[in-house]
Order: sequence, then C-alpha cells, then structure tokens
Amino acid sequence: MAAKDGSKMSAAAIAAEKVDGFTRKSVRKAQQRQRRSLSSSQGSSQFRTHGAVPVDLSLSPLPQLMPECVNQQELFTQKLQQCCVLFDFFDSVTDLKSKEVKRATLNELVDYVSTNRGVLVEAAYPDITNMIITNIFRTLPPSDNPDFDPEEDEPTLEASWPHMQLVYEFLLRFLENPDFQPSIAKRYIDQRFVLQLLELFDTEDPRERDFLKTILHRIYGKFLGLRAFIRKQINNIFLRFIYESEHFNGVAELLEILGSIINGFALPLKAEHKQFLMKVLLPLHTAKALVLFHAQLAYCIVQFLEKDPTLTEPVIRGLLKFWPKTCSQKEVMFLGEMEEILDVIEPTQFKKIQEPLFKQISKCVTNPHFQVAERALYLWNNEYILSLIEENIDKILPLMFGSLYRISKEHWNPTIVALVYNVLKTLMEMNGSLFDDLTASYKNDRQRCGTPSRLNNPYPHTLSS
Amino acid sequence: MAGADGDDSLYPIAVLIDELRNEDVQLRLNSIKKLSTIALALGVERTRTELLPFLTDTIYDEDEVLLALAEQLGNFTMLVGGPEYVHCLLPPLESLATVEETVVRDKAVESLRKISQEHSPVDLEVHFEPLVKRLASGDWFTSRTSACGLFSVCYPRVSSTVKAEIRQHFRTLCSDDTPMVRRAAASKLGEFAKVLELDYVKSDIISLFTALASDEQDSVRLLAVEACVSIATLLPQEDLETLVMPTLRQAAEDKSWRVRYMVADKFSELQKAVGPEITKNDLVPAFQNLLKDCEAEVRAAAANKVKEFCENLPEDNREQIIMTHILPCVKELVSDTNQHVKSALASVIMGLSTILGKDNTIEHLLPLFLAQLKDECPEVRLNIISNLDCVNEVIGIRQLSQSLLPAIVELAEDAKWRVRLAIIEYMPLLAGQLGVEFFDEKLNTLCMAWLIDHVYAIREAATCNLMKLVEKFGADWAQNTIVPKVLGMANDPNYLHRMTTLFCINALSDVCGRDITTKQMLPVVLKMSEDQVANVRFNVAKSLQKIGPVLEKITLQNQVKPVLDKLATDKDMDVKYFAHEALSVLELTYPAHD
Repeated sequence: MAAKDGSKMSAAAIAAEKVDGFTRKSVRKAQQRQRRSLSSSQGSSQFRTHGAVPVDLSLSPLPQLMPECVNQQELFTQKLQQCCVLFDFFDSVTDLKSKEVKRATLNELVDYVSTNRGVLVEAAYPDITNMIITNIFRTLPPSDNPDFDPEEDEPTLEASWPHMQLVYEFLLRFLENPDFQPSIAKRYIDQRFVLQLLELFDTEDPRERDFLKTILHRIYGKFLGLRAFIRKQINNIFLRFIYESEHFNGVAELLEILGSIINGFALPLKAEHKQFLMKVLLPLHTAKALVLFHAQLAYCIVQFLEKDPTLTEPVIRGLLKFWPKTCSQKEVMFLGEMEEILDVIEPTQFKKIQEPLFKQISKCVTNPHFQVAERALYLWNNEYILSLIEENIDKILPLMFGSLYRISKEHWNPTIVALVYNVLKTLMEMNGSLFDDLTASYKNDRQRCGTPSRLNNPYPHTLSS
Repeated sequence: MAGADGDDSLYPIAVLIDELRNEDVQLRLNSIKKLSTIALALGVERTRTELLPFLTDTIYDEDEVLLALAEQLGNFTMLVGGPEYVHCLLPPLESLATVEETVVRDKAVESLRKISQEHSPVDLEVHFEPLVKRLASGDWFTSRTSACGLFSVCYPRVSSTVKAEIRQHFRTLCSDDTPMVRRAAASKLGEFAKVLELDYVKSDIISLFTALASDEQDSVRLLAVEACVSIATLLPQEDLETLVMPTLRQAAEDKSWRVRYMVADKFSELQKAVGPEITKNDLVPAFQNLLKDCEAEVRAAAANKVKEFCENLPEDNREQIIMTHILPCVKELVSDTNQHVKSALASVIMGLSTILGKDNTIEHLLPLFLAQLKDECPEVRLNIISNLDCVNEVIGIRQLSQSLLPAIVELAEDAKWRVRLAIIEYMPLLAGQLGVEFFDEKLNTLCMAWLIDHVYAIREAATCNLMKLVEKFGADWAQNTIVPKVLGMANDPNYLHRMTTLFCINALSDVCGRDITTKQMLPVVLKMSEDQVANVRFNVAKSLQKIGPVLEKITLQNQVKPVLDKLATDKDMDVKYFAHEALSVLELTYPAHD
C-alpha cells in the first residue's frame, strides 16, 4: 500500500514539477554537475573524464587561420585540440570567456573546412575525428521524465548545444568537403564510430537527431564498406525497440534514412533486404508509439513494394496480422498505409489479397469509432482503388455488403451514414443485379433469424428490480 | 482429421479439433486451451502420430494461440505416453522457440526446460541436446536467444564430450554479433555457471564474464553485473580478488549510468557474495561513490540500499565504517537536489537507528530525521513518518514530536489529496506511539477536519481512521471525544456532511458497542430519516441495516422497523429500494403481520 501510494505520489510530484520544470531542472542539473567534479573517480561521459581532471579550463584565442599562409596546418591542429576542452553548460556563470573562445574557434573551423580546398591533409584526420568524438560521443543521461511522451511532453534539450551544434556542423562540412578522402577517413570513421553515432539517435533533442540523420546519411553514402554494418546495426536497434525496450527516440530519423537507402537497392532484392522488410519493418507496426514514425515507416514499405511488387501479398498479410484490435488511432494509420499500398498495387497482386483485405475493411467500416469508419470509407474516393474494386466487384461486393447495409441503418454518426450511402450507390452502379440479389438475401436472412436489434432491448434499471 | 469418422464418443473431440482450424481466433484459443482433453480422448498413440504433427504444422498462427500452445505442451508428457516418449514434444516446441514474439518464445523455452527434466539421460543426448544445438546455430536471432536458456538444464546430465560441446556453444553465443543474443547469453551466464564444474567456471565463465562486462553495448554490460553475483558466490574467497573484482570495480565506475545503476541496485547481493573482507576494502569506497554519483537515478538506487548495506557490514567495525564513511554521504543526500533520491533515503534512513544505537541516533541521525521531516517534498516526509516505529524502539518517538507535529499538520493540509490520504493512513500508528494525551491535544482536531474534506476519498478514509482510533483508545474515549462531534454534524446544512455522520456511525457502531450505538447514535439516525435529501434518507436505510446487528431485537422492532416501513413508502425509488433491502436483511418484513 505504501509503495503504491509512493508511486502515485511521485507521479503527482512529477506532474507538479512540470509546471515550472525548467527552473528546477536547471538548478538540479547545475548541482549535479558540481558533484561530477567532486567525484573524480568515475568516468561517466566524455564530459566528465575531462571535467574531472583539475586542469585550467581557460582558453585563450589563437591567431586567425589563413589558408594561404604557411604553418596553417599546425594552427589548425592546435585549434582542433583546443576544441577538445569541454565546458559545463549547466553552470552558466563560469568559464564564460573560454566558452566564447571555443565557440568562435568552432565557427572558424566550420568556415575553414567548408570554404577552403586543400586543408584536409592526411595528418589532420586523427585530430579532426578526435575532436568530434570527444565532443559528441557520450552516454545519454537518464530521461528527466521517466514517462516521457514524445507527443505530449517537451523534450529535454541538450545543454551544451551552443558548442555541440557547431561540432555537428563541422563534422558535416568535413564529410562534404570535396577533398574528403573516405579511404583515409575509414581508419577513424569505423564501425565503432558508427555504433556510437547510432546510439546518439536516442537523444531527446530533436535538433541533434536532425544533424545525426544527415550525417549518418552522408557516411552511408561515402563509406561503402560500412553500409552493411550500418544496416545491421539499425536492424538491431529496431529489434530491440520492438521486442525488448519499446523505447528509442530516433526511430523516425532512422526510417527516413532507410527510406532513401531502400530507394537505392539493386534488383532483384537480396534475401537480407526482404528479411528486413518482413521481420523488422512489419513488426515495427506493433509499436505503441507508432504515430511518431508511421509516415516514415509507410514510406519505406511502399518503397519496397515499388521495387518488387511480388512482396505485396506477404506485406498486406503481415499488416492484417498486426491489425490493431483496440487502438482506433493506429487503425486509422493502418488504413492510411493500406491506401498508400493500394495506390501502387498491381491488379494481379490485388486479386491475391482482396479477400482477406476486404474482410478487414468491412470490419473497419462498421467500427463504432467514426474516424475509423470514415477512413475506411474514404478508400472509395480513390479512383484507382475504385477501378480495382470494379474489376473484382463480384468478389468484393459480397464481402462488403452486409456491413455497409447494416451501417447505413445503424451507425450513430450521420456523416458515416451519408458516406455509406454514397459507397452503396457506387457499388450498385458497378453491378446492379448482384446488388439486388444481395439485398434480397440479406433481408431474407434478417427475417428468418428475426434477430432483434440490440437497441430494442431496454437496459434494465438496477434499482427498480 | 482424427475423430471425424462417425464414432459418437469422439464427436465432442471432433468439434474441438475443427475449432483448432476455425477462422475465429477466440475459438482456436479455446480449443488450444482444451488440448489436453483432446489428447486424452485420442489416446497417447494418436496424440503422437496425428495431433502433434498437426500442431507442428499450424505453428503459423496468432501469437495468442501460440502462447497458449507453448504453455500446454509443457504439461503434455503423460499425454504422449510418459517420459519414454516425451521427445515427441520437441518439434513443435522447437518451432515455437524460434518465433518473433518474445512472450511466446519465452513460454516455449520454459516448457522445454520443464520437459528436459523428464528426458532420460540418453534421450537428452539423442533428442534434446541436438535441438539445443540447432537453436544455438539458427540463422535468425530468435532461435539463438532461446538456446541460451536451455544450456543449463541439459548440462548436468550429459556425458563429458557433450558437455564440452555445450560449453563451446555457449561461448559462441556470448560473442554473437547481435546484441540481442549477447544479452540473452549474459542474462543466463550466472545460471549456467552454477551447473558448471568449478574448474570450468574459472577457465570458461570468467573469461566470458569479463568479455560481456566490457561489451560495447551498455545493455549487455549491465546484465553481466547480475551474473557477477552468482559467479562470486561460486568461487572460493581467494580467487575473487583476481577473477571477479577487477571487473566489478570497473562496472561500479562504468561510463554508462545504467551499469552503475545496476551495481547500486544489486549492491546487497554483491556484498554478500564477495564477503566481509572485500566489502571493507572495495565495496565501501564503491558504495560511497555510488551515493555521490552524478546521475540521480544511481544515487537513488544506492540510497535505497543504505540500510541493508550497513546491516550486512562485518560487525566488528560496522559502527566505525558507518560513522566515518557512510554517514557523511548520507548527510549530503538529505539535502540532495533530487526528490527521488531524498525519498529513497527517507524510506530506509530510520533503519540505521537500530544499527547505531541510542546515543549515535540522538547525536547524528536525529538531525537528519528532523531535516527530512521538514523537507519540501511531501513524499520524503511521508516516508519518514511511515517508518517511525524503527526509531520509536530506539529512542522513543517523543524526541521527534516537536518536529513531527508541524510536519503532520502540513501534510494533513497538503493541496494534493493523495498526500492527505497517505498521512491519514498513518494516523492510527502515530496515535498509538504518541499516546492518547498527545493525540487529544494535537491531532484530534485534524482527524475531525478530514471528515469535512471536499474529497470523498478523504472523508471515507477519515471515517475508517476514526474506527481504528477507537479500537486503540476504547469506547469510553470515543464517547467523550469523537461521538459528540460526529453526531453534531447531523445538523450540518451541507448534506454531504450529514451523510458523513451516517458513514461514521456505520464504521463506529461495532467498535463502540451496543450501549453507545443504541443510546446515542440510533436516535440521530432515526431522526435523519426525515431529511429532505433523498441521498441522506437512503443512507439512513443503509445505516440501519449496517448497525442493526448491534442493536437489541426489541429496539429493532420498536424503533427501527417503523422508520424503515415509512422509508419503504418513500416517494424516491432508491430510498424505497434500500429500505426494503434493510427490512429483509434485518428480517423485519413478516413478523409484523403474524
């Protein structure tokens, strides 16, 4: 009992803290950082290993980099090393000058690698990557809000963003520099580097994830040797997300990258890719937080089907298997995805799955949640789907008729009833005689069974008994 | 299939079997749940030759059905003909152990573990162990993760050559290239170590443990911490320092807070496993560091362990270690910036007083208790109050009463009703420890004020609280202090307060006894039957039903019955209903007409 109350209490307390969470959080973090420097024996993140060493953090500005002068390489290296000093951004008072020096230096470095040719000599690579690794690779802190709901809550932003943003910018310019040599860089940008980069995708800060997305995309493009590895690690992240933790903030970003990767797959598709589709992408639909990445996921699925239409049947069967049973919001998303798939489906493929598919759609139109019913009925607004239905009207009409007819009489929502009338009208125009037959047999069935509508059964009053 | 050939006795079975193929998941599920009935009817022979192959083929189904199937098959040994034939169950379970859905797979592994015990040593080598090997070298990660859970059940009962193979397979999985498999292996490492011969623990397990504990993924490393407990328990003391401690030290200082959290969370187990010497030399400083960790999650986990850790310290210099090493950290935690840390500490800190004794408690702990009693976070204060009994035994609660009272008053008036509810629940305990005088003087007003709280849950808890107080202090006390106040509320203009009077009477009549109930409470209840508000009137009927058993028969006949009869003709439907119910429960319906 006490424990139960305790948890209730903490939930209440968290809710209360949200009101002015910002100030408290910052105060708390600041003090945590102070602790960090006290307990020097523990190496938590990259920040701390440096911060813990009691060195003088003050930086003094170095001379301006001039690409055309001699000794610039040495200066470049010095500046890179200078940028390896990490500052405590929870403490907004100390080291202000040095923070500014580092910011200016980073800015200069970004400029230097993006506007000049010939600055990326082989000797600079280790210092460049070391600076990047030191600044961005770290163990992400525990979420301030254990019940973080990305849809509702404000994400915790990275405190050291003023510097980190520039480091990300620098990494991006470095990768995009025309002189950039993957053959040299692969010694530093290796599997370990990529793995740490992928772990950062779990950050709550959307700005960071956005940079990571572009950067990983560039790395995938430039390092052929890392491609299979990257795909495999993304696989692992997704599988962990699906079957183990249900928590990863960067699923949408990773899917976005995959969307364009899939676009570039050669035909015929490798077994590995098909397995990824069936065993990873389809099960991703079961995630609770589907809404956060559904658009990207549906895009990936459609990409696959456009590449190889023979995958349509297993994919649709897979979606039907994972069809949401209780979550209306997800059901609407599934219907949306189904429309995207039907938009690109080949008529021969359509014939293969029309029966199970329209059984499901028939259930959807009778859904008491009007958004689900509405989304399902909207399929009839799609010209291409309409033509597919028309072609197979003898199969589809019998599957749909009972539900549509019943809904036209019984659904509580007038918009749905109006939509159903339109759909029934369209179907009647497609095959009038079949429609009449079905109407007649439906009425017969009803009379024979004499099933009274549930509405006629008055709800007994509990107290009057 | 089976049974459909006209034999009448098998007809119900034929239906069940048909339902195994029904389109409706629910029907398939029902049928699977009656699988043992089907098998029993078919007999062992046909179960083996027909039912099991059929089930093996239907493996592609809804996860829900598969889960039920996996569970059923674990209890199927007798149905296939006993241990001699138990291996027939392996093919369907093997497929189930490879499916994607974790719960299904876990259940299949559970069933496989169960039936492994029913295999003879020969069958284990001929049928079971090859299955483990197939799973361990499966293409997809699911079969390899399932394999991890099966090594330890067959290892003890196979020949030494097969043992060597099993060790080899386990080693391979520990360095699998998917982290899911490494996690599964790491989580079974301790269990596997327990069935290995000590030499192999030293040679094989330690190197695997070391490797997993320095895995690139923190999710793997933290599972190695769990294994550390089992491994340390298995090894002789003199080997711990060289084989386990380097890894444990490293884990306690891991760069990932999740690993450090795990160390903090398992600290008591680790402490017991490594013994007093290592605890003194290594774990004390490690624990200090965890208490000072930069992440609040880690500090909170460590704070939770403070009492247990101190309790388990070697007695000869326990006090000295606590006073010089632990207490300074604890003092800092009292003013931690994170409320979860403080509240974790508050839930255990009182336990230190029994360990440190009266003098130390008064000198060192009391200031901390007092500070926490004044903490801004109500959870911290509540945790202190809920553990008052520990201190009471050592120094008596009076030492705290000066600070206790303001803390209680503040919690009693907290804006969050859950906080108020929690403190109400401690009131009987506090009353018992503080004594009746103190209570009357300081707390009685509070208890009465809760009766008119605007949240129903609080009013309800307050009535229950009164009952417990009367149990503690006796009926005389009730008559003098609370009954008059409760009855006074019967004239309150707010009908909710009038109803509270009735609810209090419901709760109190039993503990106050017949005399008080008849003489003081009953007249008030009866009078309230004329209330204008129907809710009050039907609660009168309910109250009469409730207190009826406490009253004498004659009182019921002469006083209660007329009122209920009148209520039974009330114009309000609900009042009538409850009046009738009361009349019939109290058996007052027909004797009147006799």
